[in-house]
Amino acid sequence: MSALLEARGVGKRFGGLQALSDVSIAIDRHSIYGLIGPNGAGKTTFFNVLTGLYAPNDGEIVFDGVPIAGLEPHAVATAGIARTFQNIRLFANMTAIENAMVGRHVRTRAGVWGAVTRNAATRAEESAIARRAKELLDYVGIGRHAHALAKNLSYGDQRRLEIARALATEPRLLALDEPAAGMNATETAALRGLMERIRSDGTTILLIEHDVKLVMGLCDRVAVLDYGKKIAEGAPAQVQRDPAVVEAYLGGEIA
Amino acid sequence: MSGLKNASLAARLFGYAALAVVLLVLPFVVEPLLGRAWVRIIDIALLFVLLALGLNIVVGFAGLLDLGYVAFFAVGAYLYALLASPHFGIHWPFFLLLPMGAALACLFGVLLGAPTLRLRGDYLAIVTLGFGEIIRIFLNNLNRPVNITNGPLGITLIEPIRFGDFSLSQQHTLAGLTFAPVHSYYYVFLACVVLAIVVSLRLEDSRIGRAWIAIREDEIAAKAMGIHTRNVKLLAFAMGASFGGVSGGLFAAFQGFVSPESFALLDSIMILCMVVLGGMGHVPGVVLGAILLTALPEALRYVGPLQQAWFGRVLIDPSDLRMLLFGLALVLMMLFRPAGLWPSRVRKREFAE
Repeated sequence: MSALLEARGVGKRFGGLQALSDVSIAIDRHSIYGLIGPNGAGKTTFFNVLTGLYAPNDGEIVFDGVPIAGLEPHAVATAGIARTFQNIRLFANMTAIENAMVGRHVRTRAGVWGAVTRNAATRAEESAIARRAKELLDYVGIGRHAHALAKNLSYGDQRRLEIARALATEPRLLALDEPAAGMNATETAALRGLMERIRSDGTTILLIEHDVKLVMGLCDRVAVLDYGKKIAEGAPAQVQRDPAVVEAYLGGEIA
Repeated sequence: MSGLKNASLAARLFGYAALAVVLLVLPFVVEPLLGRAWVRIIDIALLFVLLALGLNIVVGFAGLLDLGYVAFFAVGAYLYALLASPHFGIHWPFFLLLPMGAALACLFGVLLGAPTLRLRGDYLAIVTLGFGEIIRIFLNNLNRPVNITNGPLGITLIEPIRFGDFSLSQQHTLAGLTFAPVHSYYYVFLACVVLAIVVSLRLEDSRIGRAWIAIREDEIAAKAMGIHTRNVKLLAFAMGASFGGVSGGLFAAFQGFVSPESFALLDSIMILCMVVLGGMGHVPGVVLGAILLTALPEALRYVGPLQQAWFGRVLIDPSDLRMLLFGLALVLMMLFRPAGLWPSRVRKREFAE
């Protein structure tokens, strides 16, 4: 079986800065794939290229047999990739459940006519949207805050809500950009449980994370970026011992 | 629990019924108290409610700052004026012209939106401002070489709304009540406003409305969630514009006369003030804002006679003082109620922080 996502030779330049060069990764179905690297290594840039916020200058990305490089973000989401953001980007003045309901947009159809006439099809769709959104809030463990404004949720709950909102789009690949950033040990452990559950329920996960311990314990496969290049890839234990990785994280040997 | 629910439901139903009765008898209560001029002011206020509700879709829901909204009002008004007046000798009925006005305004909304919606905030505001002026200047100058709009003279003798031989511009007597044109139009406008409120509320609480609000809150996140932001924003422009088009058609029929003067930048700004002061994105607030901002400048006309009564002479010209007091009222409002007079619960909290 071919990989769910395959990126080949992806490059991205911003003026004179080569943010990504020749990055190739392949993510297997039902796996958790980790993307790590020091600050500024290009992890988030890769995410933005993958999800259509930036168009790559070189290379191609194939998702489930379909080329997606250069597609608009909404088209990427429609294709089945959903993401969260490193600096949380919820719809702050909407309630938690409304945030998750927005995630259903891409899988539902009602237009202006349905909204104004409230015909039977629209009513049925609306109640299905609300039901699914509530299920997802329960799934990530914030069901009791369904009617709180997103901005009033605690930091950890906001991260969970971002995951619920992304799951609402029915992704086949869920891309999480540093979901554990700023979380304490208990919250990180709970998040880890959630990610394992999402994976076992059939969604593949691409994870950017700083918490090396979390990545090593959780991921099936890890790629390491440094200065926009992939410097290592493999099983977590193997990558951990790679001299290039050690150098990237700890600096070069003392001359 | 369910008894309580029934009680509150009954209270609400009673409230709506009371409101409906008040609205139905309003012109006949206002006329003996304040004079027919105020019935006319109420009519105009209802047209502005329509405009404010339309702009609220663009500014309040989707968060797109539009400073040229009056252009859509002009489009609707001129469409009606040109196709129901001796100017071209065309006399189409209102029930064709009002939907056509809405559709044409929609089209203009898309025409304006398509090239500009990649802009945001201040830049979008400047482009829309330019659009509003372009429409007005076109209307002002399209009398040569072919006379289309009759230029600054405007179009006169526009036909009123009529159902067969029943014209709203004539007096009618029903059950002992005399319906002057201002009374008849009041009911037509009220019906349109009620419809617009229902449409606004239903849109807000729908898949499309959530997408608009999501774009207002965070456009990048909205895109990443699969919302086709360009199309959804265009839809907001088109929907908002259609309210303006209907309002314009009603205005032309009501006044019997349109000229480019009625569609100046100041009018766009007034409509925006109604939305912002009332409470952006909150339909009841926007309605309140439109009514107050139409009535307030009119009420301030009484400052002249008041001075006469207190000081024996008019110290300050009321027309000067009127705009001064109006400006002061706006500034005070923004200082003490920055989220608007009647904000939605959500925005109230937003500004409380």
